[in-house]
Amino acid sequence: MPVMNIKKFSFTYPGVDHPSLKSITLPIKKNKITALIGPSGCGKSTLLRSMNRIHDLYPGNKYDGKIELLDLDTGKYQNILEIKKENEFIELRQKVGMIFQKPTPFPMSIFDNVAYGLKIAGIKNKSELKDRVENALKGSALWKEVHDRLDKSAMGLSGGQQQRLCIARAVAVKPEVLLFDEPTSALDPISTGAIEELIVELKKDVSIAIVTHNMQQASRISDYTAFMYLGDLIEYDKTENIFLNPKEKQTEDYITGRFG
Amino acid sequence: MEKIFQKLSLASATLVFVLLVGIFLTLYSAAKPAIDEFGLGFITNPEWNKEVVVPTAQDTANRAEALNSDDDAITDEDDVMIADEDDEIADEDEMLLDDEDESVTKTIYGGLVPIVGTLLSTLIALVFALPIAMGIAVFLAEIAPKNISNIVGIAIELLAAIPSIIFGMWGLYYFAPIVAGIVGGYQVSLLTAGLVLGVMILPFMAAITRDSMNTTPAVLKESAYALGATKFEVIKDIIFPYSKVGIIGSIILALGRALGETMAVAFLIGSIFVLPKAINDPTISIPVAMANNFGEASGLGESALFYLALILFIISFAVISLAKFYFLKKAK
Amino acid sequence: MRLLINKIFLGLSILSAGIGLAFLAWILITLFMKGLSSFHFSLFLNDLIEGGLRNLIIGQLILAALASLIGIPLGMTAGIYIQEYGQGKYASLIRDLSDIMMSAPSIVIGAFVYAIIVVPTGGTSGWAGAIALAIMMIPVVINTTDSMLSLVPRELREAGIALGASKYKVIIDIVIKAAKVGIMTGILLAFARIIGETAPLLFTSETSNYFSLNLNESFPSLTVSIYDLANEPEESSRDLAWAASFILTVIVLIINLTGRFITRNKK
Repeated sequence: MPVMNIKKFSFTYPGVDHPSLKSITLPIKKNKITALIGPSGCGKSTLLRSMNRIHDLYPGNKYDGKIELLDLDTGKYQNILEIKKENEFIELRQKVGMIFQKPTPFPMSIFDNVAYGLKIAGIKNKSELKDRVENALKGSALWKEVHDRLDKSAMGLSGGQQQRLCIARAVAVKPEVLLFDEPTSALDPISTGAIEELIVELKKDVSIAIVTHNMQQASRISDYTAFMYLGDLIEYDKTENIFLNPKEKQTEDYITGRFG
Repeated sequence: MEKIFQKLSLASATLVFVLLVGIFLTLYSAAKPAIDEFGLGFITNPEWNKEVVVPTAQDTANRAEALNSDDDAITDEDDVMIADEDDEIADEDEMLLDDEDESVTKTIYGGLVPIVGTLLSTLIALVFALPIAMGIAVFLAEIAPKNISNIVGIAIELLAAIPSIIFGMWGLYYFAPIVAGIVGGYQVSLLTAGLVLGVMILPFMAAITRDSMNTTPAVLKESAYALGATKFEVIKDIIFPYSKVGIIGSIILALGRALGETMAVAFLIGSIFVLPKAINDPTISIPVAMANNFGEASGLGESALFYLALILFIISFAVISLAKFYFLKKAK
Repeated sequence: MRLLINKIFLGLSILSAGIGLAFLAWILITLFMKGLSSFHFSLFLNDLIEGGLRNLIIGQLILAALASLIGIPLGMTAGIYIQEYGQGKYASLIRDLSDIMMSAPSIVIGAFVYAIIVVPTGGTSGWAGAIALAIMMIPVVINTTDSMLSLVPRELREAGIALGASKYKVIIDIVIKAAKVGIMTGILLAFARIIGETAPLLFTSETSNYFSLNLNESFPSLTVSIYDLANEPEESSRDLAWAASFILTVIVLIINLTGRFITRNKK
């Protein structure tokens, strides 16, 4: 059962007359990793940023179609494009977390970074906060490195550690879906390896969509892959099919490196 | 909560708009009596706080008759007569009630002297500061090694932070005697006021000109050096043309500062409402006229000072807008 | 020939820098010599009426502090509006107007406050002086807040929103914290600027020879008194003016250097 269903979804940026995404239909399957690949400008990030409606920070975007999110408690789908109220947005973003290209540690201590999402979600109990921060940091393979300096500023961590901290921060609020927007593009190969391992580990608890320009990364970690080109979804299939046996010519050209 | 915070910040932002419009309207309404009385002629009238005889009703009637009979009999209206030496502001209504006095007087105010004083002192400041500021900017941006440039840069910026009243005192007691010793004339004069004003805007002008010059891309400079250009040629042919618009904007911005400066000028310009005949004569500027006369003025005199304030506000508004929105925006 | 021109030009430029520094040195040396020779610790203990400066220093600090209390929250929230909430024309209009106001002649601000506060309330007062200084300060704080917030990466805001924080929470908890050092430096520089202002106080707070904490009457001001003292014929008054100028400059330069030091340390 898909945790998210994108149906005939189109997206237009303000002040642009043609849509940047054209009638995309795509499932995000539960406890799987779905990779979005394609040359820059294909709309993969735009699609990802529609899935938690972070686009709405900037006014004037036009949506069309549906993006349905499964409510794990009731088993019902909700069309997130219909959300208008502030509290519904907050609820959506607690269910659908996001990790960005560059690490985004907040200017506060390591502990407060991870606890931030929990605090704004209304958790005040100190021991519960402590437990959940610890669990999130352990789940992000960061606990060992930082357990003795939780009260130090998060700015002092290395780039790879900062990115794992951001993952811990997102995981701490127990989202249903995690969106990764090229999470390793600013990191060195060793940190990248650690993050990739972590992402694979995370899919036990959460469904994942990841945008990447690194095709090896997509093939290494994802279960499903969607290839996009100029705002269209060209092909979506199991990852091994996309990489070993693509049905479309454009997909084949891209993954064999003929363009992009 | 979100809404409240957003509304609050919108209100603060709107306050800027309200303040600026408020300043304009307040100055205008306070200046209204003077504007009604003197009109735009205020700007070209060199007399300040001068009592003149106004024709009484009878006079006017006589003159109307005279006008009918003989053109030559008309007294020239521009030829104002000085009634007495008294500096007190005459209340017109009171005078009209005074039936004994046949020649009724009123006090007239004209803004020419302070306007000219403001413009000339700014011009002197600019002529003095411009070449030195450009030299400093070139030195900081292109010549000095990085560590020296940083230290000198901080020193220059600290000079900009010194309160203007200090410049005024230093100028009056230490700088002006030397200038007067060389040039002759009064120690308090248009020249010394302009020069001290120049010293005051110097660091500001140098700092922002340096910032403009620093926007020149390094590649551009390097490719000129690679062709064998000297430092002077690179500065003249690459950096100046590239950052020209920004530099002009910086100069005009400094000019805007100089126009409105009060304290540095107040000590030195002499504060008398007389048009200067020579560069080393004392005179007055708009801010100084306000600083030194506001306390004592009332009625029409106060209104005339507000008229001056309004003129200063409009001039500096125009100058600053020109710098910020034409030159500095274009430079970006 | 080209090399000669180059040398002359470079020489002139270095000479200009020398002239600039010479002026700085001249002013500072004068100030220190005259200031220190008239300086005595009893100046901090006596009020102007007794030949000291205590009431003036405290008065000036109170005026500037009060102005900050009014100006900083207003300026910061307005800056937040421009950078975080404002869209399109209105925000950029406010930004432009604030830029203009930053360079508006300070004496005109004084005249404005005189007309809207001193005249209706019937006299000069500490409040009027503080408000005039606050009006001077607001655009500077707006400018700093605006430009420092603009340096905070967009991703940091998005990361906050993506965690489910509402916008104002993100602004207060994350964005402002990230820009804290820059904003603080800007505010310190703004404070240093208004504490040395004379013109806006001349006919708003005026000054007083006595110690006063009553903001409803004429309020002691160091700068306004410097202007009065410096214009008096007695040597002793002028010496006092120099001592006061020395103290004022030391205060301004310390605040200024503190601001620069904070930013530098952060980097």
